[in-house]
Amino acid sequence: MIEDPGVLTKALEALLVEKGLITSERIDELVKSYEEDIGPLRGAQVVARAWSDADYRKRLLEDGRSAVAEFGYIDPHGAELVAVENTEQVHNMVVCTLCSCYPWSVLGLPPAWYKSFAYRSRAVSEPRSVLEEFGLRLPETTEIRVWDSNSDIRYMVLPQRPSGTESMEEKQLAELVTRDSMIGVATIESSNLESA
Amino acid sequence: MDGVHDMGGMHGFGRVDPASDSPYHEQWEARVHAISTALAAPGGGRFALESLSPEVYLASSYYERWLQARINTLVAHGYITQQELDVTLDRYRQDPAARLPADDPARYKTALAETGSRGQKDVESVDPVARFGTGDQVLVKTTHPKGHTRLPRYVRGKPGKVIRVYRAQGFQDGEPMSDHTGTQPMYAVWFDGLELWGDHAEANSSVVLDMWEAYLQ
Repeated sequence: MIEDPGVLTKALEALLVEKGLITSERIDELVKSYEEDIGPLRGAQVVARAWSDADYRKRLLEDGRSAVAEFGYIDPHGAELVAVENTEQVHNMVVCTLCSCYPWSVLGLPPAWYKSFAYRSRAVSEPRSVLEEFGLRLPETTEIRVWDSNSDIRYMVLPQRPSGTESMEEKQLAELVTRDSMIGVATIESSNLESA
Repeated sequence: MDGVHDMGGMHGFGRVDPASDSPYHEQWEARVHAISTALAAPGGGRFALESLSPEVYLASSYYERWLQARINTLVAHGYITQQELDVTLDRYRQDPAARLPADDPARYKTALAETGSRGQKDVESVDPVARFGTGDQVLVKTTHPKGHTRLPRYVRGKPGKVIRVYRAQGFQDGEPMSDHTGTQPMYAVWFDGLELWGDHAEANSSVVLDMWEAYLQ
């Protein structure tokens, strides 16, 4: 729609720098942090600890914001973070139908499909069909519970720990945890265990 | 406002493409994101996005919408003028490799402090008492607001059940330029898919939404 968004972005940045409303130094710093520092490895560490440490799991489910702050992961806007736990009875998944709210302090930036009109429109009304498009088919005895992040509260899914991982250390477990399993469009079994 | 951004339950957008995975497609998108985060000017981001015309909203990519909405807000509130932007744009069109102007960190710091203090004025310090508790049945209000709202259409008028009571949260509906119009009790409310989608609901599916108390009857 915009003829040349790259040049328009540069012009806007230049004008805002001239007016002292941003500095390019700050922009460079943020771009670097999005690209290098903040990503789903954070969420994976949180999940692995919750699997390994029952007390931590309890703290995470009761007050996600404080529990991830133990790792130093803090949302600059102070947003609440709620971890929702998958069980045999309930499979949770996360969407934002109104825009694209996402728990970026623990998962980094959302993938393009999360922001797509198809995901935003259908996750709430056709969650099973959407999950099948990700290759995940769950039994009808499992409730599919979709969290539509319509406020400033952010949600992440605590996936089920896969069987056969009882002897694994926290660090090894973290390597199994995928971004998609923490959005709730995959289970660890479905995505990652075979290749690990 | 009831715009095309309120997409929950809409048909016609096709399949989800899990292979479309990268957060950014081009470098400018990362800079748009960073500019929005770093900017020393008041919010209104979401309302500005919703206020894009339906034609523009649907035809633009995600970060094109961010860029256009951000420009619209800055112009509407006098931080920049469209003419200034056009002149600057011409300059970079003629010479795309031209350097950016030098930073003015002192001025930026002052502007940030001003924006921060403006944002804090509206926040109340006392938590209001919650009317509902976990397990309560609730009904969502029917409404058709012209201003900003975070209450999707698909859930209005529907019955649900409170499954969590959260700490009170700043209410954002109404005034588009204020980030908070008072603090209200906040609940996670569970809705049975059958109540939302009737016979078309998929088996054993539900939706949970965050509900400020004002959204509930």
